Formats: sequence, C-alpha cells, structure tokens
Amino acid sequence: MSAYSRFLVPLFLVGCAIFLLIGSLQSALFAQLTVSGLANGGIYASLAVALVLIYRATQVINFAQGAIATFTTYIAWQLMTWGMSYWAAFFLTLGIAFVGGTLLELITIRPVERRGNILTVVIATLGVLILVEGSVGWIWGAEIRFMPSAFPARFIHVRGVAFSLQDLGTIGISVASVVILWVLFRFTKVGLAMRAAAFRPEAARLVGVRVSWMLSLGWGLAAVLGAVAGMMAAASPSVLLQPNMMDGVLIYAFAAAVLGGLESPAGAVVAGLLIGAMLNLLGSYVSWVTPQLLLPTAFVLMLVVLLVKPSGLFGRTQVRRV
Amino acid sequence: MASLLELRDVEARYGPVRALHGVTLTVGKGEIVAILGANGAGKTTTLRAISGTVKRDGAIEFGGKPLRGGPESAARLGIAHVPEGRGTFSELTVWENLRLGAYTRRDSSAADAQRVLAFFPWLEERRNQQAGTLSGGEQQMLALGRAMMQRPKLLLVDEPSLGLAPLVAAECFRNLQVLNEQEGLAVLLVEQNARSSLAVSHRAYLLETGRVVLSGNSDEIASHEGVRRSYLGY
Repeated sequence: MSAYSRFLVPLFLVGCAIFLLIGSLQSALFAQLTVSGLANGGIYASLAVALVLIYRATQVINFAQGAIATFTTYIAWQLMTWGMSYWAAFFLTLGIAFVGGTLLELITIRPVERRGNILTVVIATLGVLILVEGSVGWIWGAEIRFMPSAFPARFIHVRGVAFSLQDLGTIGISVASVVILWVLFRFTKVGLAMRAAAFRPEAARLVGVRVSWMLSLGWGLAAVLGAVAGMMAAASPSVLLQPNMMDGVLIYAFAAAVLGGLESPAGAVVAGLLIGAMLNLLGSYVSWVTPQLLLPTAFVLMLVVLLVKPSGLFGRTQVRRV
Repeated sequence: MASLLELRDVEARYGPVRALHGVTLTVGKGEIVAILGANGAGKTTTLRAISGTVKRDGAIEFGGKPLRGGPESAARLGIAHVPEGRGTFSELTVWENLRLGAYTRRDSSAADAQRVLAFFPWLEERRNQQAGTLSGGEQQMLALGRAMMQRPKLLLVDEPSLGLAPLVAAECFRNLQVLNEQEGLAVLLVEQNARSSLAVSHRAYLLETGRVVLSGNSDEIASHEGVRRSYLGY
C-alpha cells in the first residue's frame, strides 16, 4: 500500500496541476475561476495550517480556531474604524492575535490538559468556541460589517483573462504567511524546539525544552494564521464580516487538513489550494452543483479521505527502528 | 574526590507504587559510577529521579546545591540524560538532533559540533538523514553526541547496550570511557550487562527492590561472592 501510494500521490497532484493549467490555457473563464478558487484555497490553507500546528503538537483538533479568527478580524475592523491604516491595523492585529492565542492556551487549555485526556481538551476547545463566538456577538453585535480590503478593486488583464487584484493579493499573503512560518520552523532554534516538543515531548524536556511553553507558542502562531485567514476571508466577496463568518471556512479548512494528512503543514497548504480551486470550478461548471452543495461536498471529501486513506496525501510516514 | 552529585534517602513513586525506598549514593567529579541490579530494582527510576522526570522525595544535591524542578532545569544545570531507547528525535535529521543537544546553551556551540564530529566522523555525511533511519548503534552514538553538545557536567546513561550487537556495545562503552578520560565527564551508568559496566566504571552500587544493598569500588564489587553468582554468572 505505502509503496504504491508513494507514486500515486505525486501522480494525483501532477494530474491536478496539469488539469488546472490546460483548462486555464483553453478558456479565460476557467483561468479566472481557478485563480479566484485558489484565493479561497489560500484562506482555507492558512486556517488548515493553524489546525495542523495544534494537532501535531497535542493530537487535538481545535474547534475554536474559526471563532478565534473571527474575533481577531473584528479587532482589525475596529482598529480601521478608529482610523488606523490597513497595514498598521493588519500587523497590530497579528500581534494581538499572537498574544491572545498564547494567553488563551494558558488560561483555558493548560489547566484542563494537566489533568485530563485528549477528549477533555477537545471539549475545552468547544467551550472556547462558544465563549469567543459569544463575545464577538456581545461586543460588536450581529449586524454585518464591511471589512476593507488591502487591495484595490481592480483587475489586471493577461491575454484576455481578468484577474482581480483582491484574489492575487489573497493568494500572495496566504502563501507568504505559510512560508514565513516554514522558515521559522526550519531555521530557528525556537522552531526546532517546537517541532521536537511536538514529536517527542519527553525527550524534548530532557534536552531542556520547556514543552508547555512551546504549546502556548503554537497556539499563538495558530491564532496569527487564523487572523490572516479571517482578514482575507472577510474582505473577499464570498464571506461577510459577521459573528459566524468562519463557520463554513472552518469546514473547508478541516477538509484541507484531513486531506493533507493532519500532521503536515505542507500537505494542508496543497490540499487547501486544491480544494479551493476544484470546488470553485465544480460549482461553476456543473450546473446542478449549487453553492449550497459545496460545503457538503467538502464534508464528503473529508469522510472519503478518512475512510480510504486516513494518512492523507502527505501523512507522516512512521520511520522508527526499534 | 569532590562529590558532584549526592542523593540522600531519595524516594520515588509511580502513582501509588513506590519504586525507590530511600536511595543514597554519590558521584564524584570525573568518575564513572555504575548502578547494577535486576529488572525492577529501581535503576532507571534512580536516573529519572535525578533528572526530575519522576516525582521524588529526599535530598538531591548537584554541585553542592539542592536540585529542584523538572528535567528542563536539570538540563540547564548541566545534567544530560540519555534515556533507555536513547530519546532520539526520529522524525528530525541527525543535525537537528545535535542542535537540540545544545538547546540550553547561550554561547556558540560550533566548537562542540566540531568536537562531536571529530568523535563520530560518520555523522557528518549523515547530517541530513532522518535520525529514525539510523541503526540502533548509530542512534546510541548520536544520543551520546547530542549529550556532548550540551557540554554536561554529568551524563546519565540508561542501558546503552540494549539491543546492540556485542561489538557495537563494546564500542559504546569505550566511547564513554574516552569521554570520561579526555573531558573529565562524570557518568552515572545503568546497565544490564554487569560485566561490561563493572569493567568501565570506577565504583558501583547494587540496587535491590529500590534500595542500595552494596557499594564499593568496581573491582571489589566484581569479586564479591553474591554479585558474582547473581549478576556475573560464574
């Protein structure tokens, strides 16, 4: 199974890439839909990587990830309403998200984790979901707000295809944030310690890594990625800034995280982009697939992956000699 | 010899089960000390009590100061613990494993990396290999290399020869001896193979059901009637 899935997975990915490329060269509409789909996919990917970060460290799916993203997006909106420029508000929000995510782990998760098992922690994240989503409604009310975009509402034309700057910018920012995270994990001491703490907490403690701090840090980084996803999503035409705005996005992100293998940030990114592009094409070209059907499709995809190939596309291969 | 590590009446328990019933032992500077005993005698638990990976009571002094806190603090004070199974980060590369060894260091560890590579030259060509794909003996050497990166004052080693071919195990003990002689590294060694561990160590303690029942110079212990019969088998 593993020997032949080693070829199957790259084959599948290359096939998808060729399909998207040829389609885009054939038809302007197809190209536009692919790019706007990839923009959605970038948002799913950011949130999916946030889920993977926490799952990889603690084997816990953080159900509150979407709500935290919504909360931070409201903070960005509030800062801009108070007159701050977009990018100042953007980066200040990322800072607030980092501190907030870290504190949230300290206050709500760590006390439960110490005495409980994984299920207890999952329930605690459900509690955080309710708490955070409720606070959003309580502070900002339920009415729909208008989230400004970082990018002008213009199009650039390449060989007769109109790409919206909004879509291109969303793809760029999502990919950039994931790349920065990758650099952090790959090339810094603290990133190495975070990976060590995630893979082998006991051994990490023996070399002096304070594992519980690394978990808090992981929540902080996940909240930052969620904030990026939230701010991008709220500015996109398909999502409105309201207290439950990330509910749908979270399902797509779950699907992306599962398809990517749950433990692999790279897998989550590829799967997120793929799901975004494919669902956008599916919804536009297949006449009976209405927008209402897209969310269930993502859900079915998630179930199929869990049944057929639970390790996903990029699932961690266990290499260990005993 | 000035003592580096001192345990007085140290107890440890796993939940309701008491594993150590008051262990008293010392490790001097530059000494290799072996802990012998049957399965379940409390050898591993003694090491875990020192590094703080198990709940413990009683007095432990390291370098003249009481030792408190978990393994993170022990690592910062200069205690390197290579646990049973080597504690290798099998998902990370060889080089990343070594870098983690220097995690608590604030100064540059470049010189130590050179030292480790001089000691185990084969690590250089394997530096980007996933550590989990190394053989058991290679992983044991990587674990020693990782401990060296920490520049420890005391090395706790648990069953280094477990699962190794006799020749590889012998090399592993030789490495410990060289480290001890060249760098004055103090070693507390837990090892099933009493013969090898008595051969490399200066002194030894014999544990039975969580207590020290015999202690002395390694050659005296090796010629002790009871030890010979029960642990050396002749």
